[in-house]
Amino acid sequence: MARAVLAPLGPGYRMRRHAPSGGSMRRYAASFIKPNDRLTSFERLELYNRQYWFRVLSCFADDFPGLRAVLGEKRFDRLAEAYLAECPSRSFTLRNLGSRLSAWLERNPRFARPHPRMALDMARLEWAQVVAFDGPEETTLQPQDLAEGFDPRMKLRLQPYLSLLAFEYPVDDLVLQVNEQARDEESASNAMSESRKQISARHFRVLKPHPVFLAVHRHDDSVYFRRLEPEAYRLLAALRKGKTITGAVGEAFTDSAMPVGERAETVRDWFELWAALGWFCRPAAGPAAA
Amino acid sequence: MPANRFNGFTEYGIGIGLRIPHYDHILTRKPVVDWFEIISENFMVDGGRPLRVLDQILDNYRVVQHGVSMYFGSAEPLAREHLRRLKTLARRTKTPWLSDHLCWGSVDGTYTHDLLPMPYTFEAARLTARKIREVRDFVEVPVCVENVSSYAEYHVSEMTEWEFLREVAERADCGILLDVNNIYVSSVNHRFNPMDYVENVPHERVAQIHIAGHSKYRKYILDTHDHPVIDPVWRLYETAIRRCGPTATLLEWDDRIPSFEEVHAEALKANRFLQAIGAASPARQQSAPAEGLLVTP
Repeated sequence: MARAVLAPLGPGYRMRRHAPSGGSMRRYAASFIKPNDRLTSFERLELYNRQYWFRVLSCFADDFPGLRAVLGEKRFDRLAEAYLAECPSRSFTLRNLGSRLSAWLERNPRFARPHPRMALDMARLEWAQVVAFDGPEETTLQPQDLAEGFDPRMKLRLQPYLSLLAFEYPVDDLVLQVNEQARDEESASNAMSESRKQISARHFRVLKPHPVFLAVHRHDDSVYFRRLEPEAYRLLAALRKGKTITGAVGEAFTDSAMPVGERAETVRDWFELWAALGWFCRPAAGPAAA
Repeated sequence: MPANRFNGFTEYGIGIGLRIPHYDHILTRKPVVDWFEIISENFMVDGGRPLRVLDQILDNYRVVQHGVSMYFGSAEPLAREHLRRLKTLARRTKTPWLSDHLCWGSVDGTYTHDLLPMPYTFEAARLTARKIREVRDFVEVPVCVENVSSYAEYHVSEMTEWEFLREVAERADCGILLDVNNIYVSSVNHRFNPMDYVENVPHERVAQIHIAGHSKYRKYILDTHDHPVIDPVWRLYETAIRRCGPTATLLEWDDRIPSFEEVHAEALKANRFLQAIGAASPARQQSAPAEGLLVTP
């Protein structure tokens, strides 16, 4: 029964006529489900098949409104159906429904044509927002702790809810527009919101590539994203990989155009800001602990 | 409200489901509510706003956990990670009992996120009861199973749904969360007398009752939790509390959710039936004048 419930819907969002294992779905349904005086076995099974898909498609759309805006309604629906058919939920919570989307999109760029890179960037950003919303938080290293115990051999750890992302497109701008549009639509008529959707979709299609480095994090239980200089992104990424502060700073400024005289002060400002935002976790043990 | 070993010997009154659209109202106005039911899975997270809100709720209210994806009836073993998170949450909420559904919904680690009906067989009852006991023993909190709404019946079933519920509850020695709306929905979909169901469950095991609204279609009823409770469901509720005693009662409203006041007022309608058997929710006296929630019996 589970295979029938999870099987993709056919035209008109109806259950398919062929059972997943081959043969007639009517015969398959009749083999284990009783009909009643109003519904055939097929129709009773179809209720569950349709409810499953309406539930997961709705949840997926809620989690990826930016991707929906990038692709438009029809392409997004095709992508959602294909993704969920190949990657059904493996978690007790629907919160994790989109956890495999980025990897799946890399393997299946045809579902994101004509903008597969922009779609991938958006999918990664929207999943990072899910992680930032309720991902784990470890004990924060307070700014004074960092100042007092500073050791360039330290291996600072970053909060698990913090995602570091490098994009080809400024999709963070699009997310802000989508959010703003959603707020507007709450108070607008249906006709108004339809016209806004069209304007928005056209706008997204002409977005120009432009490298963006982003940190997606939470502060006071709200999700934020913050653009980073390329050097700052490389520094944080190196810390996350387990480099010492010295090693991470060295990696950050490899091939950097930033004047050498500005670097020390810039790095100090970054560390102060990141510590204030609570991005650093207390090391497990000792100043040089991993 | 009658205390029994299936609800941790508590005497809870009339509660409502804790839902996001009501967070602001609850946290800022702190209305008097007997208790809130939370969907466990929504709070089995690692951090962030869900847990912060929950802690604020726990500062002021009693909370009971209700799960939607333990799938006692699935053939596969219980997921250890799920159990671990459930236990962590139960310690946080101090829930006196917890509940989940008498259904299946996962196969080989793939989740349907639906409450699929079980075949009412003795073998299924045996396997399901074993898993309920495992959950109770691991989480160390009394467990109640809830009857689900269903839209399909199986050829292989060997008994009625209420006989199956009794068989499972007695084998597991667990409590029952009796959902009288689900009984009504299934009775229409499968053409049985819902009073037969209410009369024949083991009343001494009923630890909690759910009431809710549903959506009616031409050939069937769907359990949508998006309407007020209809009169036939209230009649089932009345019969249930006459048989079981004044039991902890919860209104579920999960879609097209109206204002907090409207949901709470709908829940407090249960008081007219509780008064008839000599019990009423304390929230009626405490909250109604201030919140304007009094419902004329």
